[in-house]
Amino acid sequence: MASPNPLNRTNPLIHLPLILLAVLFSIPLIWLILTSLQPREQVGKIPPEWLPRQHYITLQGENIPVTPPAPVGSEKVLVVPSGGEHPGKPVLVDPADYQDGTIKVSVQVADRVEEQRVPAALQQKVPGNFVIVKEWFLSKYTPHEARIFYVEPGDVHVKIKPLFGNFPEAIRALTASEKDKARPLSELLGKSTFPWTRKGDHTKTITFLTYLSNTLLVAILSVLGTVASSSMVAYGLSRIEWKGRKTLFNITLATMMVPFPVLMVPLYGVFRSLGWIGTLLPLWVPAFFGGAFNIFLLRQFFLTIPGELSDAARIDGCNEFGIFWRIILPLARPSLSVVALFQFLAVWNDFLGPLIYLTEPDTFTMALGLQQYQSQLGGSEWHLMMGASVLLVLPIIVLFFFAQKTFIQGISTTGMGGR
Amino acid sequence: MTSLERSNLRNGLMFCAPWLIGLTVFLIYPLVAAFYYSLCDYSVLLPPVFIGLDNYVDLMKDPLFWKSLYNTAYFAVGSVGLGVIMSLTLALFLNSKVKGIALYRTLFFLPSLMPVVAGSLLWLWMYNGESGIINNGLRAIGIHGPAWLADPAWAKTAIVIMAVWGAGNAMVIYLAGLQDVPTSLYEAALIDGAGFFQRLFNVTIPMISPVIYFNVVMSIIGGFQAFTQAFIMTGSTGAPERSTLFYVLNLYNVGFQDLRMGYASAMAWVLFVIILVLTFAATKLSQRWVTYDR
Repeated sequence: MASPNPLNRTNPLIHLPLILLAVLFSIPLIWLILTSLQPREQVGKIPPEWLPRQHYITLQGENIPVTPPAPVGSEKVLVVPSGGEHPGKPVLVDPADYQDGTIKVSVQVADRVEEQRVPAALQQKVPGNFVIVKEWFLSKYTPHEARIFYVEPGDVHVKIKPLFGNFPEAIRALTASEKDKARPLSELLGKSTFPWTRKGDHTKTITFLTYLSNTLLVAILSVLGTVASSSMVAYGLSRIEWKGRKTLFNITLATMMVPFPVLMVPLYGVFRSLGWIGTLLPLWVPAFFGGAFNIFLLRQFFLTIPGELSDAARIDGCNEFGIFWRIILPLARPSLSVVALFQFLAVWNDFLGPLIYLTEPDTFTMALGLQQYQSQLGGSEWHLMMGASVLLVLPIIVLFFFAQKTFIQGISTTGMGGR
Repeated sequence: MTSLERSNLRNGLMFCAPWLIGLTVFLIYPLVAAFYYSLCDYSVLLPPVFIGLDNYVDLMKDPLFWKSLYNTAYFAVGSVGLGVIMSLTLALFLNSKVKGIALYRTLFFLPSLMPVVAGSLLWLWMYNGESGIINNGLRAIGIHGPAWLADPAWAKTAIVIMAVWGAGNAMVIYLAGLQDVPTSLYEAALIDGAGFFQRLFNVTIPMISPVIYFNVVMSIIGGFQAFTQAFIMTGSTGAPERSTLFYVLNLYNVGFQDLRMGYASAMAWVLFVIILVLTFAATKLSQRWVTYDR
């Protein structure tokens, strides 16, 4: 049937609004990923640049990524040291550091920075508005190498290429401890404040891996806890006839309306009196005592299993727990995975709980660690922030593509989206 | 009581034991305790001191309470209203038999999987007044965009738009509902000469109205709990000019920053009552237009 109606179920014109909407919905995610792959200097350009571009200079036949030319703050001199670590390589220094044919160079010796005077030949004076190439790509560095090189603007070329270095850098940046808060941001980001040297990494007790393992620990324990306890309770509410089960079920339904913020003040008091504040315990122990929504979901499923199965097992001498464990649970696997998946998502995305209960950085979860990092930066370093956000989202996206069916089924049968 | 009844009672209680404990310790006790604290001056550090209804009286006179209530209602109504329209539209488009539906569905659904913290950071970056992609996009078509999260007149709307981006979740629910509507109903309507809008409002929407109802109620309850977006994008003070100071954000500040736990408990109970009333009202309203029989 040919219909002019664009909402006809087989009309190909339906693609037009769909494509438009799909583009609108996808732009934020695309922008997230592209920003996370851009070098720092490209982020925040007006108008924004989409594709990540990197600047290079060619030195001895090798393409070396550099930050693009930027004006020198003050007049510099270009000199060629004849001794020191890298004789013969031209470097740019402040005029004050070049006196009587020698330059002052800071060299890292073991864990100290030493000043040395190295003989050098003056090549030329560089006016303040000249361009230089600042900073080599971090991984190219050894701590001893000088970092400012004078390059003609024409020597720099551009390539469209993603910068995956943002991810390790974001991981390093998230590696912040209490002590780190007092340190300058530039150092926190792994960048030396002094152009000639790069200080060795400080010993850090709290790493990105700590946040990750905290999150995974809470997630795994709460998934196990809620699956075990909610399925037991759902069994008790659906497969056993006992006085009061109807009342308990109605109370359970009613509690689904009580939001966490209503309970958070007294719950804080409960956990405080148990001495659990500052530990991960408040985030996973409650899961072992069942969740109203999970109980409801599993109960609805258990009710669809024919009672004859239980009766047959009973005749064979199976007790209640045996029926639950050997008959009902294996049949309920799809529902159990929905519960497990939603619980995992809830833990992974939770922010308010960790914010209230966790006080020490070594117990932070990923979401809290990321927020703390953002509040330290206060609206800068977007490439790293987006890199860190990608790291937070990626596991969820991967999980989605592996368990797409469970996601869609779970959401459409429960009418909720794991929130 | 027969022996079967007795053993059933024992088994039932045994299976429900974790929940009976959980319900008492993590739900009923906190709810009752919150009510008691709400009648007290309580700072967690010192034992609560009973002060009667003072907290509630102060609450009614507290401009920040009213401000946060207004902000939250604005957000809840805006995000749920626009969210329903967006997710229903998406679901209606996707309820067709053309190619590539699975791909579209994935594209619309993915944003709703975004953890709130990451999503808030992303939108904070996109809403940047100067170098943000939204204002630069608007500039390209000749519109001078507002400062979004820095502008008190736009900050709430900005957070609503971000919430609508997550409509994919509800879309999946509505799509499942739409696919359950028997085609015979549409065929009958077509024979009767019903146009597109007549079919939409007389067949489609009544048929999925229970799904819409349930989703709207849950979304409003969720909307009243908005916290993380504002905390991350505009800070715990609900800047600019407290235009994004949501109810729970205010509650968090009062309780966990100022340590006025008694006052925070009064706020918590008011929130609880608001949610109860809303749910009750929605149930009453739904009896007038939700169609449960098929």
